[in-house]
Amino acid sequence: MARFIIRRLGGLGVTLLLTSFLVFGAMHVAPGDPASFLLKGRSPTPEAVAAVRAQFHLDDPLFVQYGRWIGSALTGDFGRSVQFRQEVGGLLAARLPTTVALVAYAALIMVLGGLVLGFLSAMRPGPVDRVILLGTTVAVATPSFVAAIALISLFAVGLGWFPTFGGGEGVLGTLRHLTLPAIALGLSLVGLLARVTRASAVEELRRDHVETARLRGLPESIVLRRHVARNALVPVVTVTGTVVSGLIVATAIVETAFGLPGIGSMLVQSVVTRDFPVVQAICLLVVLAFVLANLLVDLLLPVLDPRTRQYAP
Amino acid sequence: MTAVVPGMAGAGKGAPAVARRRGLRWVTASGPGFVLAVGVLVLLVLTAVFAPLIAPADPYLVDLSASLAPPGPGHLLGADDSGRDILSRLVYGARTSLLGPLAVVAISTVVGVAVGLVAGWRGGWVDAVLARAQEVVFAFPGLLVAVLAVAVLGPGQLAPVLAMAVAFVPYVGRLVRSLVMQERQRTYVSAYQVGGFSSFTIAVRHVLPNIAGVVLAQAVVNFGYALMDLAALSYLGLGVQPPTADWGAMVSDGQTAILEGALVQALAPGVAIVVAVVAFTVVGEGVADRLARRETGR
Repeated sequence: MARFIIRRLGGLGVTLLLTSFLVFGAMHVAPGDPASFLLKGRSPTPEAVAAVRAQFHLDDPLFVQYGRWIGSALTGDFGRSVQFRQEVGGLLAARLPTTVALVAYAALIMVLGGLVLGFLSAMRPGPVDRVILLGTTVAVATPSFVAAIALISLFAVGLGWFPTFGGGEGVLGTLRHLTLPAIALGLSLVGLLARVTRASAVEELRRDHVETARLRGLPESIVLRRHVARNALVPVVTVTGTVVSGLIVATAIVETAFGLPGIGSMLVQSVVTRDFPVVQAICLLVVLAFVLANLLVDLLLPVLDPRTRQYAP
Repeated sequence: MTAVVPGMAGAGKGAPAVARRRGLRWVTASGPGFVLAVGVLVLLVLTAVFAPLIAPADPYLVDLSASLAPPGPGHLLGADDSGRDILSRLVYGARTSLLGPLAVVAISTVVGVAVGLVAGWRGGWVDAVLARAQEVVFAFPGLLVAVLAVAVLGPGQLAPVLAMAVAFVPYVGRLVRSLVMQERQRTYVSAYQVGGFSSFTIAVRHVLPNIAGVVLAQAVVNFGYALMDLAALSYLGLGVQPPTADWGAMVSDGQTAILEGALVQALAPGVAIVVAVVAFTVVGEGVADRLARRETGR
């Protein structure tokens, strides 16, 4: 088990190293001189260009620059934002809580909604199953910005239950402001997770060991909990792990739609203004979240399914 | 050439003709939802191709006196905040909204098939290197690659399309790799090998046609996902730029009108996106299911 974890950590470390290098290197394949981006169209004097090149160490080899960037990123120093003229670390720290709360809220909706609908669908063949299947097919196909618009139209403008725009004050205010965005963000993943859960539970219900458990006279609740749910959760956990980073990126859409001050909407603004230090920092955070989520899944699976422990390489 | 190996003639051929003959029956046998989805797709493609003939008005004609006009005889779906005919913009929007995903799917399928074929056929270190490279791409959600590409190349349709194509390659590559690894266990492959055919010939001429159906089904599903993500980028102002009619950009344009109670401008393109994506998903998954059932002989 320890060897397995170390191997996975090593593999994820390599992935992280390569992806962070891609994130950093992207700026340098951009057409034109990075210095002219940083000066943003102002007719640069040679002295100004030289000053910027010196400030951002643009004359060093790419690997040296990358080493310096990743080194300071590890200490939380992502450089200065060109657009806001502040430390990127401070800007992110101010906006991160909104995004983390939004992602957590959406993940909760996704897991609860997905599991309940998925198991319900598997357990009740017939009309219930068909309605859920139709609903989840549409939910999966609904982009978060369309869901956002529909929710705003119905619940914010039409019924006036929720605010249309911005973040809230205090815990309750924040929850109220985050409810529609979280639903918009989680909706298509509720659909996805429900379908994965259903497929997995239906397959498990057909297995001989479930039949055996029933024939032995075990109460149905125990059969479902111990024999169906536990086995069916394996693919569900895997899928959840892989969609979490997508969830973080999708906050860009939802935060823009609802005018929330998080890192997602900041990413969009920074891309439009070509504020590379901010773009790089946020991309790095997303990739880090992906790697950590996958590590968590790898550690969780052997707990759920002892067979993966035995056959782990 | 195929006749050289006895009993092997047509192992990888003949399938298209059979598919054509059985085509219609195949569609109707897959249930009413599948038939409906196929119908929607055909309608969408026709709309995009014949947009100038179908659209009742010029999608770019600004008429401020008709701003936010409700649906009526003049404008069947009403007019947007600039007084442009919403239905005409929807019809023309089908063009940009379908062309982008088409490019994404074409590029990612060609590259993904090449990568998967090489990885599955050669195995060993080639497979290991390709798997590692794909894992790196996997760490970037498609939307993030696209945003990063826009940051580098600037807003417009080019950067998102290229980025999404790259992001989709691992999905196709992994599928093709697993299919190829199953397929090369089959006796017809060993028969060709004994018959002295080169690996390249067997892989491309005989294995590829056998897995083409599943790969195409996946491509149709991917089309829907690409459509969603490209529309999202246009909504964010990073993809198709206004005033070009595009469903994603139209939703963004219509968002301010919602606060004034005019819902059609934003909701109509939103519904168009959902309907299109549902149709692509249902058709793609339906075909994949049929192929899987035929494979297991049920």
